[in-house]
Amino acid sequence: MAETMWRLPTMSIKTRVALAMAAVLLAGGAFVLAAALGYGRQAARETYDRLLLGAANSIAASITVRDGAAVVDMPVSVFELLALAPDDRIRYRVIGPDGATVTGSAAAPLPEKPGAPVLYDGAFGDEPARYVSLTRRFAERSFSGPVQVIVGQTVRARRELARDIARNAVTVLGMAGAAIAVLAWLALRSALVPLPRIGAALRARDPTDLTPLDLKVPGEVAQLLSPLNDFMARLDRQVTSNRNLIGDAAHQLRTPVAALRAQAQLAADEDDPARRAAIMAKIHARAVSLSRLLDQMLAQAMIIHRTDTEPRALVDLRDIALDVFEDAEATGGGAADLILPDDPVMVRGDSLALGEAGRNLLHNALRHGRPPVRIGVRDDGVLYVRDAGEGPARTDNLGARFVSAGVTGGSGLGLAISRAVAESHGGVLQLGPVDGGFEAALILPGVV
Amino acid sequence: MRWILALILLTIPAQAQELVKDFGTGPATMTLRSTTDLAVMGPVVADYIALHPDLRVRYEQWGSNDLHDLSVAECAAGKGGADLVISSAVHQMVHLVNEGCARPHRSALTASLPSALRWRDELWGVTEEPAVMVYNRDLVPADDVPASRFDLLDLLRPADSPYVGRIATYDIEASGLGYLLAFADSLEATTFGGLMESFGRSGAIATCCSAEIIDAVVRGEYLIAYNVLGSYALARAAEEPRVGVVAPADYTLVLSRAAMIPRSAAAPQAAADLVDFLLSQAGRAALKRALLIVPLEEEAGAPDLPDSVASIRRPIELTPALLLALDAQKRALFGARWRASFPPKVQQ
Repeated sequence: MAETMWRLPTMSIKTRVALAMAAVLLAGGAFVLAAALGYGRQAARETYDRLLLGAANSIAASITVRDGAAVVDMPVSVFELLALAPDDRIRYRVIGPDGATVTGSAAAPLPEKPGAPVLYDGAFGDEPARYVSLTRRFAERSFSGPVQVIVGQTVRARRELARDIARNAVTVLGMAGAAIAVLAWLALRSALVPLPRIGAALRARDPTDLTPLDLKVPGEVAQLLSPLNDFMARLDRQVTSNRNLIGDAAHQLRTPVAALRAQAQLAADEDDPARRAAIMAKIHARAVSLSRLLDQMLAQAMIIHRTDTEPRALVDLRDIALDVFEDAEATGGGAADLILPDDPVMVRGDSLALGEAGRNLLHNALRHGRPPVRIGVRDDGVLYVRDAGEGPARTDNLGARFVSAGVTGGSGLGLAISRAVAESHGGVLQLGPVDGGFEAALILPGVV
Repeated sequence: MRWILALILLTIPAQAQELVKDFGTGPATMTLRSTTDLAVMGPVVADYIALHPDLRVRYEQWGSNDLHDLSVAECAAGKGGADLVISSAVHQMVHLVNEGCARPHRSALTASLPSALRWRDELWGVTEEPAVMVYNRDLVPADDVPASRFDLLDLLRPADSPYVGRIATYDIEASGLGYLLAFADSLEATTFGGLMESFGRSGAIATCCSAEIIDAVVRGEYLIAYNVLGSYALARAAEEPRVGVVAPADYTLVLSRAAMIPRSAAAPQAAADLVDFLLSQAGRAALKRALLIVPLEEEAGAPDLPDSVASIRRPIELTPALLLALDAQKRALFGARWRASFPPKVQQ
């Protein structure tokens, strides 16, 4: 059992289809065979019953009344008709109104009730036979009453015909089954052609090529190809972001690290303790800045990673704003006001990523803006940070990586992370002057 | 039930076979009952025995009606003494098979028989004997020799015809074969009605038995005999130059004696072997020598024939249609018509 459970899923599609086809053909074949036998028997019965009836009618028609008695001058055509079943034995019997057999074999069985032509099964010696009985009524001066005619015949020809019909039906069925099997095989082969094609295309690829496979395939196979392409795109994004991270890190770290090295050298060469302390303070400030830069870079890498992997949950933007606000309070980055609506503002998103975006916006405002700084949430799914300043001189490419407004230095990563988060949530990052200040807003699609 | 059967057996009329002869001395025995004269069929059986020295064949010669009655009684009783029955009264044989009294046998030889000479693989036509007209060569002028039934009718038409009272045929009431041939005639052509009427008007004689009729023709008592079995006629013609034989040109009935293995046969395999022998080359050659197969197609020994032989040949087919010949009412009607033409008269 375990063996088959294990084997079954690995059975080839062709084998499965072949098994299914065989099952269908066998079941269908059995059904058609039974139907053909039944139909053949029915057809043979009807055919030869008519023959019997014809013979009985011709015997009945040959009865005349002569000298007050029924006389049967049987025509040879009766027997010629019955001889159409060439190998069957024949029995007939004509019974007068008094119940006496006028002519024929007295051994021919009577029907259960005479009258209208009635067909019935009976025996003929030790062979099964089929009989017909009909009645002709006479109303002559010298002779009146019913004369019953019984004609019977063994059933060899019926069986032969029934077998013949069934045999023909089964032959046709067999040929049709073979044709269906061949066609099914061909159809299956052509249906499975895209699979090896996809395999070949993947195998022929450069190992670093993660672009989507552009193959014309049927819809069913596209169900496989499209997730494959999605998967590769995700892989591509992650590889790219990793590459960017490494590149950015190298690029970003080179200058501060070089400066640190130079200042450390200066500090090493400086004998005056006061100047040396000043240099040390600069080194500390640089190190803090470097640390923040590293945090942001890691945060961005994490967020880009999360946007691809984290499932989206329903979150209340007010909770995000509150978290960001409290973080700023705790780290002592500066004073800000928190403005929240009374009702929850639900969006679908990753709370960690949204929090990181909010933190960056608030950090920028506190650092570069003019107090009072406010962080708030609006009902239509907007998290905003506002200050009373004029904002940076240019906002057109702010938010791209390493583009800083350049006032007091900053990596520029903060806005880039915020923008990436907004976009990965299907929203936008909007920067611009508002009435009495400057506002940075994460506008997200709300959930009603 | 048992005593009913016993009663049936007791009531079997005390018929007796006409002649009995044993062929061969082998340990295995079989009984052959036939309507064919022992003198005619004997050499054929002797040929068979020569091929099967381990066999002893008891040959019983019977009259057709007696043989039929005995076979019916034995069939009803479920036991009997014959392993093979061969009769010229083929309608009786068809009746026996129809009653389920026969045992099937299939072989390449039986399968090679035309379907007209085979029924249910239980009845086989083993001989080919035309029904012919026999005339006295000395007393019938060559111009008068009838080539067909029409010629015969023409001979009888004149009121002063010398053939009045000098035409003979089988008495159908006395001869099963005679009835069969007359019955086959009645199915074959409308000529038969005219012929009967003409026979009646000209005082034709209905009498018994091939040998007697031919003897009377030889003596000049009758000038022409109608519907005589060719085997007897040709046998006599071979030794008696006064006997002339004509196969009617309008149509010639060809009788095949029918062979059947009774269901109650004690030695059915021996019987089946004998049937196969009769259908084989050797058997047919022996039957030809016995004049039981008269090839209408051949010149030697054949009766005077018209050119188109195939079209005049009317085999009496072994089909259930022959059951009609045994129908009680049909027989009575036919007999009444016959009797009207041949009123009973004192045998000469």
